[in-house]
Parts: sequence; C-alpha cells; structure tokens
Amino acid sequence: MRPAVDFRAVDIIFGTDRERAAALPMVDAGASRAEILEKTGAVLGCAGCDLAVERGEISVLMGLSGSGKSTLLRAVNRLNKVARGEVIVHDGDWSASVVNCSESELRKIRRECVAMVFQQFALLPWRTVAENVGFGLELSGVPAKERQERVMAQLELVHLEDWAGKYAHELSGGMQQRVGLARAFATEAPILLMDEPFSALDPLIRTKLQDELIELQERLKKTILFVSHDLEEALKIGNRISIMEGGRIVQTGTPEDIVLRPQNDYVRDFIANVNPLSVLTAWNVMRDARDLKGAGEGWLWLDRRQTTRFKFDENMLVVDAERDGQPAIWVSCDNTEELPENKPKVYWAHAGTSLKTVMQAMHQSETAPVAVFDEASRFLGAIGVRDVLKAIVRGSPGED
Amino acid sequence: MDPLTQWIAAWKIPIGRWGREFFDFLTTNFAWLFDNLASGLATVLDGMAGFLLWLPPSVVVVAVAVLAFLLQRSWKLALGVAIGLLFIVNQGLWKETVETLVLVVAAAAASMAIGVPVGIWAAHSERVYQVLRPVLDLMQTLPTFVYLIPVLILFGLGAAPGLIVTVIFASPAPIRLTYLGITSVPKPMLEAGHAFGATRNQLLWKVELPAALPSIMAGLTQCIMLSLSMVVIAALIGANGLGKPVVRALNSVNIPLGLEAGLAIVVLAIILDRMARIGKEGER
Repeated sequence: MRPAVDFRAVDIIFGTDRERAAALPMVDAGASRAEILEKTGAVLGCAGCDLAVERGEISVLMGLSGSGKSTLLRAVNRLNKVARGEVIVHDGDWSASVVNCSESELRKIRRECVAMVFQQFALLPWRTVAENVGFGLELSGVPAKERQERVMAQLELVHLEDWAGKYAHELSGGMQQRVGLARAFATEAPILLMDEPFSALDPLIRTKLQDELIELQERLKKTILFVSHDLEEALKIGNRISIMEGGRIVQTGTPEDIVLRPQNDYVRDFIANVNPLSVLTAWNVMRDARDLKGAGEGWLWLDRRQTTRFKFDENMLVVDAERDGQPAIWVSCDNTEELPENKPKVYWAHAGTSLKTVMQAMHQSETAPVAVFDEASRFLGAIGVRDVLKAIVRGSPGED
Repeated sequence: MDPLTQWIAAWKIPIGRWGREFFDFLTTNFAWLFDNLASGLATVLDGMAGFLLWLPPSVVVVAVAVLAFLLQRSWKLALGVAIGLLFIVNQGLWKETVETLVLVVAAAAASMAIGVPVGIWAAHSERVYQVLRPVLDLMQTLPTFVYLIPVLILFGLGAAPGLIVTVIFASPAPIRLTYLGITSVPKPMLEAGHAFGATRNQLLWKVELPAALPSIMAGLTQCIMLSLSMVVIAALIGANGLGKPVVRALNSVNIPLGLEAGLAIVVLAIILDRMARIGKEGER
C-alpha cells in the first residue's frame, strides 16, 4: 500500500533565493544549522528528511523546539515551501506533489485531502463555534444547508453540540481545541496535520483530549501526522515516532523501538526519563522460545535459574508445568478468579500485555517467570526477572 | 550677512516658481477636467443638501434618530440624537448644519472609499507602503492653508474644493488604520485560512477584513472627526455650512454667533461619532 504522505529527501531553508542557493551545498556536507546561518544567513528548517506516513496511522514528529518538526509538518500543505526534495500526498488513487503542484491542485489538497489543527487553535473570534467548524466547507463552496448538517455532526462528535451558537472566546481552552478538531474533521480530509494541538492546554485537559483523539481515531481511521515535544504524549498516541534534532530525523520507529533500541545518544537522552512500563509489552522483553534451554522429553526451562519448566506438545501447546519440582498450574495474568492455595502458580501473558501487568504477576507468584502465549495459546517465550530488570534499566552503563 | 550666508542665499532654488508653473500648466491644459469635476461634485453636494432642506426639519430629525437606533439598537442614543438636532433647529442653524452634514458625510465616504482599498493594497505590498508612507506624512503635516491655494485655483470657490481639501486631510487616517488592521491580523488566523484552501479573495473577505474591522471602524470615526475639523477651513474657500458663521463671528468679534455655531459643530460631532461606533460594540 502506498503511504498517505511521502517525504523524500526534504530540505527546507528559510531565506532569500540567493541565501538558499548558498546553503544547499552546506546542507549536503552535513553542516549544522548554526554554521549555515553564520556562513550564508539562511536558516535551516529541515534537511534530508525521509518519512513515509502510512494510511491510517498516527505518525508523531518529536523533538525539542527548533528541531524542525513543525517546519516539516507544514510542508505537507505548503505553509512552508520546500527548497529541495519531494512531498507526495496520496488520497485514494489520486496523488499530487505538494512541492511543485499548481495553485488549483494545492487548493484541492488543502480543501479535500489535508486538514490542520493548530497549537493556538487559530479560531476566528468573530465567528460562532458552528461557523468556525464550517469554515473549511464554506471555502470549498458547500451549500449552506449541507454545511449545517455536516457541522452539527462534527460538533456531536466532539461533544459541543450545545455550544454551536457561542463565540470562541466564551469557551475554555480545551473546548476551543475541540472546535479546532471538529473544523479539521468537517472537511472529511483523510489526512490530518496536528501541530502541537494539546501543548497549550493544562495537563488534565491534555490527557483527556489525547484519550478522545485515540478513541476518535479508532472510529475515523485518519492518517495523522502529529507534532509534539512531549515524549510521553508521542509514546501514548503514536504508532510510529520520528525523533528530530537540528532539522534532521535521527530515528524513526515504533514507540517500543525508540525506547528499547535508541540509535544514538541524543535519543537515549531523550528517553532517559520515560517510564518504560507505560510503553513496553511482554513481547518486547521476553526471551524467545528458541533461546530457552531444553529440560528433556519436551520440557523447556522458562528461566535461567531453572526453577520452572513447561512441557509442550508438537504444536507448542502447554501440556504440563512444574515449579521447584512440583506440578504447577498456569494462569492468565488477567485472571481475577480465586486460585487454589496449595498449588504453585505460573502466570502467562499475551504478547501485547503491558510490562506493568507482567510485573504484577511476577510479584504474585514470588518471582516465577511469566510465559508468553500468542492468541492461539501457543508458547512464544518467557520473561524472567532479569529480562524485566534489563528492560527497565536499559541505557545504563554496562548494559547492552 | 556674512559672505557664506550671502552666497548660499544667492542661489535660491526656485521651488515656489516651479510650483506655480506646474499649477499654471494644470490650469491651462486641464481646466476642462477640473471645471467638470468641480461642477459635478457641487451638483451632487448641493442636490443632497437641497433635498434634505426641502424636507421639513422635524422629518429629518426623526429619520436620523431612527437611523441611530437601527445602527446601535439604543433608545438612549436615538433620543439624544433627536434632542441634539432639535437644539440646532432651535438655534436657527438648521440650514448650515445640513450643509455641513452633507459635506462631512460625503468627505468621510470618499475618504473611506479611497482609504480602505489603498490601505489593503499597502498592507499586501511592502513596496507600495514604502512609497505611500512619505506621501501620507506629507498630507497630514503640510499646513492646510498651503494646499488651499492651488485647490482654489484649480476648482474655484464652493463646496467642491471644500470637499477635496477635506478628503486630502482626512483620508490618511483610514489608510493608516486599514493598513494597521490588515497587517496585524494574527498569523495563525491567516494560516488557518491558507490551510483550509482559501483563495486570495476568500482570505481577504473571510479572514483579513473581519479581523481588521475594529481598526477600520476606528478609521471611520477618526475620518469623520477630521472632516468636521475642516469645516471652518472649508468655509474660507466658500463651502457653505457651519464654518461660515464661525468665520463671520471671528471677523466681526461676534461672541454669541461664534458660541452658537461652535456648539452646533460639537453637537454634530458627538452625534456622528456615536452613530459610527460600530466597531467597538460590534467587536463581539
């Protein structure tokens, strides 16, 4: 499947034509933003950015202020001009190169393919909430009656139907950004650009809106390019995260990728303060079944200390379990039922179970390893205490 | 005089003569244009004043009061407007007031008609603004009497030259305030317009002008006030209205007449200012 938005070697440089021309060779040579500014007077926005945003995913551009994340985002609807490289927008079978398309194609992209949510909301204060939501439709020339219906549907989506006739300044910040969201949804554009949409809100409201966005996304399945400087936010909502520094993308990967396998010191510093429990899953920390030590006759040791072992049939289904030499029962981590006191217990988790749940299970079973099963109850691997510790203290000296 | 000063003064640059030659050139070659313009403007102004004076004053008073209510939705204002105008009728200055009203409204309308588009143009083009700025400074600082003379030569005596000097004096205000309003539209609002695919026209009508409206309306009220302040000067070149009694009072040291006419101007100023204040309450 083709990506919805495709960045190909995108350079963005702010300055006059002459400054830009002088800056390009320096960009190729890998010069830093400060060097380029001093030598040529041009400001480097982005350099050599490659990124494919797949249909239906939330891709987060993540970095400190000045890292070029917003700059890159704004190339998608040409609020920023690309100096070199390509930005391709796909909408169904239709596609256009944003960098060198005509004015009318650009208008089509902006009206039908790509909608945007702004950090400072950017609502029009002389318009009511409903008129703000209908802004994009009005620009596209949607007739008033149809516009009104679509606006009301969007307002219901963001729970603001009672506020349609109010003016933006009469609403709280969180509500104003909901209006911003509804305005973007109203155009039914498949691609959504969100430029730090929740940064201007207080933390409680921010969390709430993040949850709402995730919930809406499950229903609407938009392609979302999201800019954030908050790694917790990025890890929470992103399917894929690109870390940016000084105008360049330093690493792109899934949230677990970023947390478990930072590619350089910059990313490592970035994730140093992130709580891995909220990101990591059983799958991320387990040792694969093929790496486990055999215990003879179809048995496998689940842990290095050799306290616990499972016996498997030919389909890797568990047929017997033993802990400290005694027969044990195996129970799901999510189990809430009363369990027999006299028998040793070994917990198992699914690949997607959070590390936090795994640790709770480990605690309950007095540090017994936790098995990992797939959806068909086939054995995938096991997690020992050491695997958990290793995942949590990743990046510390002596590790890796 | 020391020799240096003498020497400098000996080479007087003939600015005055150049100016006269320029205006001589205009009068000899374009007299038909200025004459037609003057008579056309005079016909319109006299026609409007004539119509308002043909109606009984009470009808006009009620009409203006109703208009005030429609604009501001305030009974108090409508009542105040009626009382103010009746006071003027009472002072026997109705004819002069109507003439001044026509001149001021026409001048303000012309100034806005010129000022708003020019202000928008300047806001969209840095180069236009660079050229315009010294011209506006000149229009506002050049003593009015200086351009009274050529205007008098070109257009003769009457209402038309009065209108033209008033427009010269008053139009910089709406130009500047429109420019200010459009250039200070918050950038995120413009970007929202761009991001949702606004054309240039849509951006102007749906984002820039509404956002600049308070500033443009401030330009209108300023424009009206500046026009009113020109009433006396317009009277010097033959424009009828409340300026005439003021000038007459000044020449004959007539305190009662000066006071009456002056008060009438103040009343008219307050009425027009209150009625034109759409931007302030209309800001929402």
